Amino acid sequence: MKWVAAAVIAASLLLPPFLAGDFYINLGSQILIAAIFALSLNLLVGFGGMTSLGHASYLGVAAYISALLTSKYGYGHGAAACIAISGTVAMAGLFGLIALRATGLGFLMITLALSQVLWGLAYRMSDVTNGDNGIAGLTRPAPFGISLESAVAFYWFVLIIAVIAFLMMAIFVTSAFGASLKGVRDQPRRMAALGFNPWLIRWITFVYAGFWGAVAGLLYVYYHKYIHPSSLSTTSSAEALLGVIAGGSGTLGGPAVGAALVLLLKNYASAYIERWNMLLGLVFLFIVLVMPSGIVPGLERLTSRWRSP
Amino acid sequence: MQFWIIQGLNSLSLGGLLFLLSSGFSLIFGLMRLANLTHGAFFMLGTYFAAIALRSYSGLNIWVTALGAGIAVAAIGGLFERLVLTRLKTNPLGQVLVTLGMSFIISDACLMLWGGDSIPVPTPQNLQAPTRLFGFVFPTYRLVLVALAGAAAIVLYLLLERTRLGAMIRAGVDDGQMARAVGIPVSNLFTVVFCLGAGIAGAGGVLGGPILSAYPGLDADMLPLALIVVILGGIGSLLGAFIGSFIIGIIYTFGTALFPELAYIILFLPMIVVLAFRPQGLFGRVGA
Amino acid sequence: MTTPASDPALDIINLRKTFGGLTVTQDVSLSVKQGERRLIIGPNGAGKTTLFNQVSGDLRPNSGLIRLFGIDITYLPPYSRAHHGLSRTYQIITLFGGDTLEHNVTLGLLGLRASRWQMWRPMSSYRDLTNEARRTLDSVGLLHLASHPISDIAYGEKRRAELAVALAQKPRVMLLDEPLAGLSNAERSTVKSLIASISRQTTIIMIDHDMDTALDLAETVTLLNYGRVIVDGERDAVIADERTREVYLGT
Repeated sequence: MKWVAAAVIAASLLLPPFLAGDFYINLGSQILIAAIFALSLNLLVGFGGMTSLGHASYLGVAAYISALLTSKYGYGHGAAACIAISGTVAMAGLFGLIALRATGLGFLMITLALSQVLWGLAYRMSDVTNGDNGIAGLTRPAPFGISLESAVAFYWFVLIIAVIAFLMMAIFVTSAFGASLKGVRDQPRRMAALGFNPWLIRWITFVYAGFWGAVAGLLYVYYHKYIHPSSLSTTSSAEALLGVIAGGSGTLGGPAVGAALVLLLKNYASAYIERWNMLLGLVFLFIVLVMPSGIVPGLERLTSRWRSP
Repeated sequence: MQFWIIQGLNSLSLGGLLFLLSSGFSLIFGLMRLANLTHGAFFMLGTYFAAIALRSYSGLNIWVTALGAGIAVAAIGGLFERLVLTRLKTNPLGQVLVTLGMSFIISDACLMLWGGDSIPVPTPQNLQAPTRLFGFVFPTYRLVLVALAGAAAIVLYLLLERTRLGAMIRAGVDDGQMARAVGIPVSNLFTVVFCLGAGIAGAGGVLGGPILSAYPGLDADMLPLALIVVILGGIGSLLGAFIGSFIIGIIYTFGTALFPELAYIILFLPMIVVLAFRPQGLFGRVGA
Repeated sequence: MTTPASDPALDIINLRKTFGGLTVTQDVSLSVKQGERRLIIGPNGAGKTTLFNQVSGDLRPNSGLIRLFGIDITYLPPYSRAHHGLSRTYQIITLFGGDTLEHNVTLGLLGLRASRWQMWRPMSSYRDLTNEARRTLDSVGLLHLASHPISDIAYGEKRRAELAVALAQKPRVMLLDEPLAGLSNAERSTVKSLIASISRQTTIIMIDHDMDTALDLAETVTLLNYGRVIVDGERDAVIADERTREVYLGT
């Protein structure tokens, strides 16, 4: 059963560039970017037990740094990417120091407050960020001289990075550190008594999640060639959180599926309904009330019932 | 000098509004351990209520509108609490997510019903003339707002400290399990407190209308301020919400006036400072 | 780290803890020698678990000193104390319910190893840890349950599993908080003999209500009441002491 699922996933990832038109290939790229972002958030939510409503901060800040350095200050993409990622990781380190003064709901509120502050800054500091107009006319990098302008080329680029991201996060989660993280999620007092440092384990995870959020942010700004304060908004963080929870925060791949679903819903719904936010809110209520552990675990339960009646 | 006086008054009136917004949030969090992310939307509903009602019915009084909005928003909050939140007692993360979802629903509904433009709320006629005090000119409405916030604080204080309901709420905040064990109907108490918090926010929205105007995104502007006030002042503490509101009111007003681009950073500095030295807030209980 | 044999394993000096207006630990002083088996008794609310919490670092005392093999641990975070050889079990079982017994013990072993910071090798590849975990489980007679999730095993076996996790680290001082609580007679004697078989390299300090069973294991006894040490000394002497009778029969 697992091999069938793996084959289906591999097919759906590798075939589009050969079979589908640009619209679907671009949709595929967007889904992969959203999946990386959701997986990075799930390191915090599912594996770390730390629910954050401010994860869009890392996506947005990395995107803005890259956008500003390349468009206003003439930096090359390579340098801009390095600075964007290191700057965002440093910010994650700082934010982690603040947010981890609390746990649970206190942590959630602090991450929300911090990300709202960043959003407000992006909006107000118009001389720097262009405020509500956003920064347009951006370019995509050309790694090793290969242009990423075409939908197909960009898709392969994102796919490679997504696979690397998934593998690295899988390794992280199944490592000894990952086991300590899960332990701290479940019984922090017990773990401390056994010699683990719960705060440091959480902080390191927070920074690592911020790193992959930044990577998603770079891919995001390369794809859209545009960045706007709304990508730093609570709605943006909430969509990612919805993806994580809808897909199933207890699994490694679940959030990717959830993120894909949220993105597809957003794309199709906005063609018919103007009020995406309202729909998003209703979907939140539905998922939480009806399918609290997410779609992937729900499916797993269904299929196991079929196999052993 | 006039500048400082005016900004000072603006700070106090903003502080007063923030108190109306965050006192409910703090109570709800303190009793129900729920970070009610719908709270900004409740406030905004009040402001839209005021904008529509006061522009359509010229004879309507802002105080009556505030009362009406308070009751209406309390009712909406109560329905939400009974129908949705009670099903999620064992799922605190889920509770937070549905309050977030609810805030999206409310804010989009306002956008859908009343459009994307900012709708100003008229200042009550009898308070439009400025007041002259000590040789300075003050906008009368703002003075009244500060007085109202103070009055609300006193009423809430009396409610919490001098009534049986208040005693039950305080018992619930201190130790929910114990409160249940001695027979306090905690579940009904939750509904009452949620309605109370929502209602105060709604009324606050009406009163804030003349200063803020109703616009889409008001909820997103107000919620983080409420969060920062509560983080600063401490969860479940009325005094903390009161003092925190005025501290943030002062910082935000002067910050925006003097350094408009950096207002947000100036806002969150006190939060960081407080978190670094007293994670439970200025007046909060440890282990909230 | 070599410690002179004369250093007490645990030395508590004038420990004081207040909660609001209530003093829960009043100038408690006690000294436990290396290898000793100490039992702390006292009625409900005497402050026994609060004392343990201060020794393990879950609570900060208001004043006083706690020394572990001569090292001042009074204000060290809980995880540091584990690295100094302190281990603890809890009144309520705090194991990782969804995980296997083997994983629980392996996690216990990981806590003191540098490899707990490793982020690239999968957990399952640490053969030496798993083998040592299985050896520890064998020594407490639970090897046959190694691949069972904790939630599936019986309560008495869970208590033994708690002990196994704590013992795996080869601690120098073990704090056992009501290790016999809620056990049937048969289970109790199994756990008792398990505790009795622990090597003298480990100093044991135990809290228990069940005087009949616990007294068998104790060499020395400390009686607490209202946060104060009332009697302290050899087991038989404490049992015979007038003050002990007073505390339990109440006058």
